[in-house]
Amino acid sequence: MRVIARGVRAFGLFWWDFLVGDTPELLIAVVLIVALALLLRHHHDADIIVLPVVTVLFLVVSTFRGRRRDGSRGKP
Amino acid sequence: MSTSSTVVLVLAVFGASMVEMVEALTIVVAAGVTRSWRSSLEGAAAAVAVLAVIVLAVGVPLIHYVPIDALRVVVGALLLVLGLSWLRKSILRASGHKALHDEDAIFAATSAELAPAASSSPSPKRRDAISFSVAFKGVFLEGMEVVLIVVSLGASQHRLGIAAVAAVAAALVVAAVGALVAKQLSQVPENTIKLVVGIMLTSFGLFWVGEGAGAHWPGSDAAIIVLIGVFSLVTIGSIAWLRTLHPTVRGQRTDVGLSERVEE
Repeated sequence: MRVIARGVRAFGLFWWDFLVGDTPELLIAVVLIVALALLLRHHHDADIIVLPVVTVLFLVVSTFRGRRRDGSRGKP
Repeated sequence: MSTSSTVVLVLAVFGASMVEMVEALTIVVAAGVTRSWRSSLEGAAAAVAVLAVIVLAVGVPLIHYVPIDALRVVVGALLLVLGLSWLRKSILRASGHKALHDEDAIFAATSAELAPAASSSPSPKRRDAISFSVAFKGVFLEGMEVVLIVVSLGASQHRLGIAAVAAVAAALVVAAVGALVAKQLSQVPENTIKLVVGIMLTSFGLFWVGEGAGAHWPGSDAAIIVLIGVFSLVTIGSIAWLRTLHPTVRGQRTDVGLSERVEE
């Protein structure tokens, strides 16, 4: 049982680290992108513009946020 | 599925696998040099075998039993999470706001952590539980992201076999390079590869999320190439912009212990 519990915990930790980690804003971004993709599926000119734009915006914001955070810590 | 998207798939899987395997090989070599080569290699081989079973156990049912559109939305979202994360980290490193990933430092840290117990270790050709477990853990954890990419890209395009072959090919190339240069894994341009693969994964992820949701990308699969171009320009622009904003850690390199290393 302990082995199974440890395995489940390790599995959960892997996915938490993978999906959230220290960049929860990226998970929020992806959820939003998926929602927009589903909402805009009948607006064929809008989705192919909106989806890349939203993705780029979140990437730039997250990167800038990471720059401030890593810079304030002064270490990698 | 067009030839261009298959080529991009192969390049993305090959690059991602190469990045992760370089990181894993650093740990394997450190465990081998410090304690036991035999057990270290056995640990690595056992991890690769487990990862292969996971690819078969998860990938094949996904292809056969999950509706393709739903599959593409889910794997596209996973690829987006991974791709954006890699891209963000690579931009910060390239612009000098985050320390570069350095296999030499990781090798030294891993060796130092294993060294205190080396005096009690068996000879390099005999079995050693610590070497086995360190190598297994390193390869397994690094390989899980490769498995995710192989299953995601392979299943969404019904190219699981090609994706798996690309990953194995990258692992073999890295192993060959590792055998030739031993500790000099820092010569592999890992940070650059990670940036390029990040662009590819992000482009694939966005394409599949849209495609699975019902979007009609202009030019169908050729849109992947356009998305790669867009994210490449954004990446170049972001790096140039961030370089003007008081870089803090340019020139420094990552120096982490084994426990942090395998979690990255």
